[in-house]
Amino acid sequence: MGKSELHLHALDARAEQAEHLESTVASDTAPMIGRAVLRREDARFLTGTGCYVDDLKRPNLAHAVVVRSAFGHAEIRGIDASAALALPGVLAVLTFDDIAGHALPIPQRVCPLPGLERFLQMPLAHRRARYVGEPVAVVIANDRYLAEDAAELVYVDYDPLDAVVDVHASLADKVILHAEQGTNVASHYTVGRGEPDAAFANAHYTRKEVFRVHRHSAVPLETRGLVAEWDAGAGHMQVWGASKVLFANRAILASMLKLDEKCIDLIEVDVGGGFGVRGDFYPEDFLIPFAAMKVGRPVKWIEDRREHLMATNHSREMECELDIAVAADGTIVGLRGHLMADMGAYVRTNGGVGPGKGTQFLQGPYRIPNVSFEVHALLTNKTPVGTYRGPGRYESTFFRERLLDIAASDLGIDPAEFRLKNLIPPEAMPYDAGALVPMMGPTIYDTGDYPAVLRRALDEMDYQRLRTLGGKEVDGRLHGIGIGCFVESTGGGPSENARIEIRTPGQVDLFIGSSSAGQGHETVMAQILADELAIPMDAIRVFHGSTTYLTRGFGAYHSRSVVMAGGAIVLAAEALRRQVVAHVAASTGQTVESLRYERGAICRIADGQALASLDTLAAQVAAGSRAAAEALSIEASFSNDNQLTYTAGVQIAHVAVDHETATVEVLRLLTVEDIGRVVNPAVVHGQTIGAAVQGMGGTFLDEFVYDETGQLLTGSFADYLLPTSTDFPNVEAITLENARSPSNPLGVKGAGEGGIIATGAALSNAVSNALSSLGVSVRDLPLSPNNLARLIREARARSTSP
Amino acid sequence: MELKGEQLIPLDPESVWAGLNDPEVLKAAIPGCETIEKLADNEYKLVLLAAVGPVKARFNGKLALSNIRAPESYTLSFEGSGGAAGFGKGGADVSLAPAEGGTMLSYQANAQVGGKIAQVGSRLIEGVAAKMASEFFTRFKAALTAPEATAGNAQATEGEQDGARRWKLWGK
Repeated sequence: MGKSELHLHALDARAEQAEHLESTVASDTAPMIGRAVLRREDARFLTGTGCYVDDLKRPNLAHAVVVRSAFGHAEIRGIDASAALALPGVLAVLTFDDIAGHALPIPQRVCPLPGLERFLQMPLAHRRARYVGEPVAVVIANDRYLAEDAAELVYVDYDPLDAVVDVHASLADKVILHAEQGTNVASHYTVGRGEPDAAFANAHYTRKEVFRVHRHSAVPLETRGLVAEWDAGAGHMQVWGASKVLFANRAILASMLKLDEKCIDLIEVDVGGGFGVRGDFYPEDFLIPFAAMKVGRPVKWIEDRREHLMATNHSREMECELDIAVAADGTIVGLRGHLMADMGAYVRTNGGVGPGKGTQFLQGPYRIPNVSFEVHALLTNKTPVGTYRGPGRYESTFFRERLLDIAASDLGIDPAEFRLKNLIPPEAMPYDAGALVPMMGPTIYDTGDYPAVLRRALDEMDYQRLRTLGGKEVDGRLHGIGIGCFVESTGGGPSENARIEIRTPGQVDLFIGSSSAGQGHETVMAQILADELAIPMDAIRVFHGSTTYLTRGFGAYHSRSVVMAGGAIVLAAEALRRQVVAHVAASTGQTVESLRYERGAICRIADGQALASLDTLAAQVAAGSRAAAEALSIEASFSNDNQLTYTAGVQIAHVAVDHETATVEVLRLLTVEDIGRVVNPAVVHGQTIGAAVQGMGGTFLDEFVYDETGQLLTGSFADYLLPTSTDFPNVEAITLENARSPSNPLGVKGAGEGGIIATGAALSNAVSNALSSLGVSVRDLPLSPNNLARLIREARARSTSP
Repeated sequence: MELKGEQLIPLDPESVWAGLNDPEVLKAAIPGCETIEKLADNEYKLVLLAAVGPVKARFNGKLALSNIRAPESYTLSFEGSGGAAGFGKGGADVSLAPAEGGTMLSYQANAQVGGKIAQVGSRLIEGVAAKMASEFFTRFKAALTAPEATAGNAQATEGEQDGARRWKLWGK
């Protein structure tokens, strides 16, 4: 049906006026899902016309600077703000006493492991500072310069205490961070299934190793920031700069400000990257709105880079002793582990995810009948940890995949063969991997042919040929190839909302409860709705990231947006189609059964005659029809009952190592992942490549270094190194659509995190393979030149000593 | 951060010892030292301007002498706060021994910094400390051997003309 036909059947004169608008009646029936549509949002990002939180200006805006602890561990004997307050233009200096009647410990949002609730953080330090960067006071002034100057005048009287900076010292409990709890052990539990002890006792081969992942985290291009405005007359608080989980954060803020949730709106503007660390509730998410109330003016706070590196969640720091048991035929029969996670000084909103998911995924995509894992989550005088892209997965995949290579080498089995033998076969799906996270249901891998994914990656890399290069010297460099297999949970629940509203002919507005840190929702969600309503994508506007759009929403985490918001869009579109058919049936005196929705129009089944269209109904709305307005508005919620959907992937790296300079060149890194169904291949490809490069940075470069007193020594980009576009040019990604998800209407699985997960595993296996002739075996990350040079030196010393 | 070294000073141990215990000599010798004030026996209050990479700050601190075995050795410890720039503390075991051509002064020092200085300048600390140590001995020798021509006195003279600007010059 063409555009002209629409107006032939116009029911309302107003529809004629819509002639210049693009019709919502589709002329092209090809599905939009699966197309590499260019991202709509990129035009504004690439031309510098995006609107980020620091671009916002409000009348009479004041500026906040947070005074942060310079000590890793210290008593705060007092705070003297008189000199700061004496500066003309300084509006307030808030300390713990000022917030005491309002602030509450910041609650956990996800993965609440037993005991973690005892170590939550207050928005400002009270009597004791427990990490460098902990907020101690907030200065609010007429401008940022003044606020910075005043912050320097806030005198905090510290009495330094001994600090705990590693998990073993933490476990010893000699210096205790939270005296009232009497221990640094935030959580301690054991999970497992089968008969691991018997399996190990009877095994043909066992091997135990200790592995470590270093502390690093996401470093988005845009640091955090907020603008808060309190309208005392209306009793309304508006906060811009929120992201990720706006509705959850609104509930927390409401409880602290003692306001009804309806009196608060959180608004997400353009976001320059999140990767897990941005958008959960931080101390500033209370402090800045509270400051706005206190001074009676809008307040802006923009985190600077040094602040970001010490105040935004750190991640990844874990140690794991892992023990594998293998039968004579190469079948893995058992896996035991002890995981020690460095939590930093407090438990953050999602602090439990690292150890929780890190343990859950220790067994990965393999069929291992007997497992047992002991977990310690331990407090240290360092920045609290939270989720960072692939949380727990990157770490556990590194631990396990290194051990698999070590075992394969001992057993004289090719590492690829060893994996193929033990990957969960497709006929075992759905596969119950056991209940490995406290207070969470069993881990049930839903669909997937895991061996096929590995075989595809091996073929793509020409593994059999490449394997012969492993450990060989070519032009002065040693070559190595390494594999990392992973499984990844996506589609985090519990539910998500979508609302469709049509008020103008030619224009469909879609509101989703999900938020975007740059993933491309404005494009991808429009593609989904375009197919569901069979209308042109250009007619659809996508709105996200605001508590004003929907009654309820959940946000963006756990690779969930396309799964959950996509599911909600499908349900909302179904409901909308039903509603418009019912409306037209009622208004034209026909039965619902005699009509059907077809590409933006409501047609009589008998003769295919279009009786109305979304455009004509929209024109009725404009003309004041309440019935049409109701028919063209729907909010729907999709719940997955917390049934996650699991992707499987493989990364293979080919490296060349200069054993004199200990530098590694990644000649090729391939990532293959089966995500079931791809909505936009270009978006998925971009996110996968980006994740892989971020993972390579994490494996070689990024590292937070602390000294023994808890001082952070990497507070700028001169010391905290990030990959640049020239560092890792040879990254390839293949996305497979083999195994759809059974738990959501689109059959999609989450994408975007997979590309980071096995980078540490594949690269460290490749480097170990390259240096095998020297006897180097990587157990600790990062693979920095310093660390590698030390391993090479130690290996050489071992081989020359008798 | 650990630092050690030795310096030959062309004076007898007693003269060197006297210099090591003379606030005026120390003031002239310590790079960036603006004021030094005796609080008690073997305890001084001092103000020091120091720069580590991009961070420059005025440190208010205390200098204390302990383990004193005149005229052979003592332990010097310093603790100071540079306000928003962070803080520093450190110490040095200093010992004197007669040597050909004068007195051999040996030292073993350690320093620790915190706050902004540690975050953005930790990789520079070693170089800064080594430079300050070498400057200290150059000035110390100059102050002991030709007191009237020390840099400290020259600065002080200039400073008397313009008290406000006086200490800024020290940081250059």
